[in-house]
Amino acid sequence: MSLRVLVGCKRVIDYAVKIRVRPDKMGVVTDGVKHSMNPFDEIAIEEAVRLKEKKIAKEVIAVSCGPTQAQETIRTALAMGADRGIHVEIPAKEMEKLEPLHVSKILAKLAEKEGAELLIVGKQAIDDDSNATAQMTAALLEWPQATFASKIEKTDGTLLVVREVDGGLETIKVKLPAVVSADLRLNEPRYATLPNIMKAKKKKIVKMKPADLGVDTTAHFEVVEVCDPPSREAGIKVEDVDALVSKLKEAGRI
Amino acid sequence: MMIAARCTRLGIPIVKNLTRVSSTSMFKSTDLNQHYIHSSVTCFPKCELTSKRYQIERGQFSTISEEDVNFFTNLLGHHRVINDETELEGYNIDWLGMVRGASSVLLKPKTTEEVSTILAYCNKRKLAVCPQGGNTGLVGGSVPVFDEIIISTALMNKVENVDTWLGVVTCQSGCVLEALDEHVSEYGLMIPLDLGAKGSCHIGGNVSTNAGGLRLLRYGSLHGSVLGVEAVLASGEIVDCLSAMKKDNTGYDLKQLFIGSEGTLGLVTKIAINCPPRPQSVNLAFLGLETFDDVLKTYKDAKKKLGEILSSCEFIDQSSIECVEKNLKLKAPIGAHPFYMLIETSGSNGIHDEEKLNVFLEEALGAGLVTDGTVATEPSRMHHIWSIRERIAEALINDGCTYKLVFIYDISLPLPHFYKMVEDMREHLGSNILRCCGYGHIGDGNLHLNITSKEFEKDLLNLIEPTIFEWTAKVNGSISAEHGVGFKKRNYIHYSKSSGAIALMKQLKALMDPNGILNPYKVLPDN
Repeated sequence: MSLRVLVGCKRVIDYAVKIRVRPDKMGVVTDGVKHSMNPFDEIAIEEAVRLKEKKIAKEVIAVSCGPTQAQETIRTALAMGADRGIHVEIPAKEMEKLEPLHVSKILAKLAEKEGAELLIVGKQAIDDDSNATAQMTAALLEWPQATFASKIEKTDGTLLVVREVDGGLETIKVKLPAVVSADLRLNEPRYATLPNIMKAKKKKIVKMKPADLGVDTTAHFEVVEVCDPPSREAGIKVEDVDALVSKLKEAGRI
Repeated sequence: MMIAARCTRLGIPIVKNLTRVSSTSMFKSTDLNQHYIHSSVTCFPKCELTSKRYQIERGQFSTISEEDVNFFTNLLGHHRVINDETELEGYNIDWLGMVRGASSVLLKPKTTEEVSTILAYCNKRKLAVCPQGGNTGLVGGSVPVFDEIIISTALMNKVENVDTWLGVVTCQSGCVLEALDEHVSEYGLMIPLDLGAKGSCHIGGNVSTNAGGLRLLRYGSLHGSVLGVEAVLASGEIVDCLSAMKKDNTGYDLKQLFIGSEGTLGLVTKIAINCPPRPQSVNLAFLGLETFDDVLKTYKDAKKKLGEILSSCEFIDQSSIECVEKNLKLKAPIGAHPFYMLIETSGSNGIHDEEKLNVFLEEALGAGLVTDGTVATEPSRMHHIWSIRERIAEALINDGCTYKLVFIYDISLPLPHFYKMVEDMREHLGSNILRCCGYGHIGDGNLHLNITSKEFEKDLLNLIEPTIFEWTAKVNGSISAEHGVGFKKRNYIHYSKSSGAIALMKQLKALMDPNGILNPYKVLPDN
């Protein structure tokens, strides 16, 4: 049984870049800043490609919601081994207001439309750290979910997934079709090599808008303020324990 | 917001935290529940004292007395005079762990005036000194040989001025290179110098050794980019050549004497350096090639087709990559190849640069010169690819499991002879060694040839030197392209410099430091 796999990948600010808060305090500076594929989504794409290499998957489709530059992210996925791409266009100005619920609705509709049997996404995006899309998509589709996956194995009609949880590792069995979210140790993503980068240029990317899928992207949240964390203050040294106790009392800590 | 953590290389503990809480921090790891701290200084037993390992006699210097220590303590305060033996260990031994001195005093001045007072006193008392920056030098030039007083620039780390019109930064010599680069990046500028040791090395040390690094190809040598130097002579006299003008032809260009003389003619206290604008677009290609001939052809091609945007061209052989993958668990982006190249472009227009690079790569691939490769433009990816090249020396230190034993050679050669030297040395040394590998700045004609072995044997050293130096001299190369001469190569400079030149060097030294207190036993040959 060969699966059709849909993988979601998000274009985020590269993790090695220093983040700056915008002067209007309503967001971070994104103009002229280097972006790349969300690292957890890279792991998701890598896992999907490996499933294809093991002949468990027959086709890998990469999806990204975003402005025109999201196509670069999809091209990277194609260069890693995805077969075709879908670009759901969201104008740059509206990217800030795009919520995990919108993305979940989009992914759910695409999963149905494309007849996907497995949806893999990164567990969270490194810009908003929401960790919500996989879970909500599964709920919308009424599919089982296996989140924080660090190992995926296929047994007839089901997936055996090892999850990283607070207590350690949990192994669960989920029936297909299912939603999986990739965690750090699932795999080490490959670099796209030159021959594959060139092949990827010929692969198809289909463009569409959220409205085409019947998804309403009206915001439910309003950003009130974005600010830097308070700068760390210097500590003070005290001479002895008595001084320590009195300082703690002063600060209302004891 | 996610935590972006930094890993400083070379001698500074690298902490990898692998609990689930930090799974959002982007360190790829294979071990789930392991905390480990790796320090490249404390894992290995101390090597012998240099004075015992090498045949060398102590110069006619005074020995430190309690009176001397009191003088320094009165001048600097007892926090800035270190005389605890355990604390001094790290300062007495070099990064490679192969030369160890026996200094009993380390001084940490904060100002040029303090350096001047210290040197004037030491000159009067005939006490030898060893200037020390980040202690990342590879030729044993940054640590004492006997009991020289170590003068550290660690507390001289103020940036005085950034002139954004001219693009010049003026700072004290103890600024750490990476920190300085980050500072000027706020103004859209960059320091024209980059090397693997950037997290620890001081700009004063870089200038004193005329460091080359990864981007000399594009930004030139420090002899060109350093505009001004303030240094203190052995007598304590302060020589102020700190002008930040790009053009200044008034008299002899004295600052050039301090650039590259490795602290033997003066202690550099301040520097003015020309900073180019920070590039808007950087691309890095990591390529796999089958033969060294292909490497040479690809380099020539890159120069022609990438032209002004080429900012770095490095090559690495298979043995070096194997070492990095095995000892540091860093994975190369592509499979095993006999040779690899890193080609970096820096420019002001991303679209223009990417197009040029893609055309170059497609043609190189099509012609069969390059058999595989990857391109990156994201900072995180480029960081990872550069670390494979920058941490080769660190990987080599860990090659010998019980001892740090890597013999590092840094040779300038005509390009066609480049890899033949590695092959010849490998054959010559046979099974006496663990590994003989080559990598380096092919764009500058600079080969780094490194040899690792299980134990330090005098015979092995004699087997390597002077063969390698004779080989170099035969093709009119340089026995030390950028690492300098320090302690280890001082008796071999005649392979690359005429006796007349060496004689003039000795005269200059005698003129500027008649008592020979500045970094003795270094740079100039023993008589």
